[in-house]
Amino acid sequence: MILSLPFWSKETDMSTPAASAYQPFEILAREDYSPVTYMLEVHHPQMARAAQPGQFVIVMSHATGERVPLTIADFDREKGTITLVIQAVGKTTMEMQQTCQVGTVLHGMAGPMGIPSHLSGAKKVICVGGGLGVAPVYPQARAWKESGAYVIGVLGFRSNDLVFWEDKFRAICDELIICTDDGSAGIHGFVTDGIKQAMEQHSDIKEVVAIGPPVMMKASANATRAAGIKTMVSLNPIMVDGTGMCGGCRVKVGETVKFACVDGPDFDGHQVDFDDLIIRLKRYKEEERVATERWTASCRMNEPSLATA
Amino acid sequence: MAKKRTVRTIHQERTPVRELDPLIRNRNFEEVNCGYTELEAIRESERCLFCPDPKCIAGCPVSINIPDFIQKIGEKDYRGAYNIITATNLLPAVCGRVCPQENQCEGVCTVGENLVPVAIGRMERFIGDLAITNGWVNKPYIQPTKSANGSSFKIGIVGSGPSGMACAADMAKAGCDVTVFEAFHEAGGVLRYGIPDFRLPNTVVDAEIEKLKELGVKFECNVLVGRLFTIEAMIEELGFHAVFIGTGAGYPTMLGIPGDSLNGVLSANELLTRCNLMRARDFPNVDTPLPLGKHVVVVGAGNTAMDALRVSKRLGAETVACVYRRSKAECPARAEEVHHAEQEGIEFHWLSNPIEIIDDGEGSVHAIRCIRMELGAPDDSGRRRPVPIPGSEFEIETDEVVYAIGTNANPIIGQTSKLKLNKRGYIETDKNLMTSLAGVFAGGDIVTGAATVIEAMGAGRKAARGMKAYLGIRDVGPLRVDGSLFGIDAREHNFTRVRAMV
Repeated sequence: MILSLPFWSKETDMSTPAASAYQPFEILAREDYSPVTYMLEVHHPQMARAAQPGQFVIVMSHATGERVPLTIADFDREKGTITLVIQAVGKTTMEMQQTCQVGTVLHGMAGPMGIPSHLSGAKKVICVGGGLGVAPVYPQARAWKESGAYVIGVLGFRSNDLVFWEDKFRAICDELIICTDDGSAGIHGFVTDGIKQAMEQHSDIKEVVAIGPPVMMKASANATRAAGIKTMVSLNPIMVDGTGMCGGCRVKVGETVKFACVDGPDFDGHQVDFDDLIIRLKRYKEEERVATERWTASCRMNEPSLATA
Repeated sequence: MAKKRTVRTIHQERTPVRELDPLIRNRNFEEVNCGYTELEAIRESERCLFCPDPKCIAGCPVSINIPDFIQKIGEKDYRGAYNIITATNLLPAVCGRVCPQENQCEGVCTVGENLVPVAIGRMERFIGDLAITNGWVNKPYIQPTKSANGSSFKIGIVGSGPSGMACAADMAKAGCDVTVFEAFHEAGGVLRYGIPDFRLPNTVVDAEIEKLKELGVKFECNVLVGRLFTIEAMIEELGFHAVFIGTGAGYPTMLGIPGDSLNGVLSANELLTRCNLMRARDFPNVDTPLPLGKHVVVVGAGNTAMDALRVSKRLGAETVACVYRRSKAECPARAEEVHHAEQEGIEFHWLSNPIEIIDDGEGSVHAIRCIRMELGAPDDSGRRRPVPIPGSEFEIETDEVVYAIGTNANPIIGQTSKLKLNKRGYIETDKNLMTSLAGVFAGGDIVTGAATVIEAMGAGRKAARGMKAYLGIRDVGPLRVDGSLFGIDAREHNFTRVRAMV
């Protein structure tokens, strides 16, 4: 057999990464935005090169841990890091809040998963982030800005002390509207009030991207429905593997059933059955409660003041 | 052999194998089938007729020289038997447990024409387990194969399931530098996440993976090929000379009936992954939860369905029922699995088809509504087509419905590469299992659709042969020479060095 093109004769071996000072999945930076919200920068140069706005990772913090899907909040191709913003709401995220310190390593981080967000040619867009959703909407807003669009940011928080990344958004948004539930910062109201305000001031908005709790995404999609503005949402159903294998993350989109992990996570917000999603998110409520209570109890046991008492 | 054996002279009864008591084992995850002892294996070996034209070899997807290894058992030369099996089959401990032997080697066994066929699978497992216990590894002398620029051939394997493992082993034995990429945090693919411990203990999977590592195969977990880097990039940028894709058909099918999305309806893949890979049965000592249904209904009757049924029983469900639209005769599961499930107290509703899952008013499952079926004329698969009997609807109260009705191609490779796919999303290959991209091969479920472990392994080996031809590595194929290791004639040391002249 004669092989016409000996392609391996070239020196193309680039798979061996340059010797790195860091271990795989090492946490290189951490910042706490509030008593429950924290940011981790995880070392993964290969993933930092591949990541695109809208994608997510599956993280395992230790060998007997859960596989937790987390949206990529940012990536730095030069530093070789993936940024995750996490809210301590259950056992795993509370535990990670304690254990994930700079210099520690995650048991595993796989990704980037999901289909990257599609940047249409829209010239004026609203990027809406609610609560923790503020983080994952950031790379999308930046990508829109880089594509030359006029970007209006609408960020919603419960109160002023939970606000984070305002500076990052100011740097890339042409306009930024902050909304707080209690009025302690920006406008007093929900993100839907911010969306309405932006729509009143701009009649030529072509697309809205909304990321946050399902109730907030549902309200955002409803706010733009009448005007017929395309509204993309990023769904966060319960997942195990993230590779299209378990079907736990299935969502109803229009007449079809989609798997958020491989068919999404971005979907047309006007087509998504949010009520179905919200019910499905409650599937493990009881197990989550048991695990969280057990974790909280074990933390109390380990407090030195009590252990010695 | 002193005297020629005939069907009349051999032991008439197949040597039984010890099994755990059904009513004890259906509360634990210990392996059901205890395997043959030495004496049992020898006794069963005496049932082989050593036919001049052994049909069993042809019946085996990887053509194990079955009579020869059985003969070695009779001679108590177990290491010799191991060498013969591993000449063509990398994972005897796995295949002895999970192959559907009744449709393969044992299905065509000559003894089976008159008596119960020789228990080939059980003897294979006996040898495989003995090898693990004694740490036998056949490590051939491997001279690194060199590409034109003097470095080893680099082979990338996508997916660490049975087809990937088989391909990796063959390429490592051919002197290549092999890396297996796995998207999960642990290697093994369906052997790890799918098949439960009571049928295939994780320790067996670990042992078989360890053997691959001994051959020099590297495993990289947490790597989602396609998204972290593409197949094209593996060839064009990452320096792989050839790539094998064995990503399987893991995308579960839902029934598409009302109530599909209710809480409590899940795929067998989800149930099994939570239980096996994530060890959710130990919740809350591990973090992954698994909702325990009291009354579980599993739809489907393949091997995955049997696993889901038996796992549910072991997790503590009070009743576990199987709903299948055809009759027991058509059910695709291994006969032994159905038998074991029946012993363990699983109910079977044959000729019943689900038509609706009924809500409890709060978004969870309350019952499943089915309709009785009868068998009509044969369909394309040759099986008689089930037809609903009007007015025969009935309900089963349940709080958990598991779908085990088949899977589709995993879409990730298709989404991220230009590989040619067929209409159903499976990868198209030529007869050597090469895809539309030069140097990229594919095999197993991602090419054929859902099949068996041994068929996937056969495909992995076939792809390895194609890969060797593509790279210009001489492939000696499995030799039937005594003392040959892994199909390689031990006397031939330059087997990897004969390359095409460029």
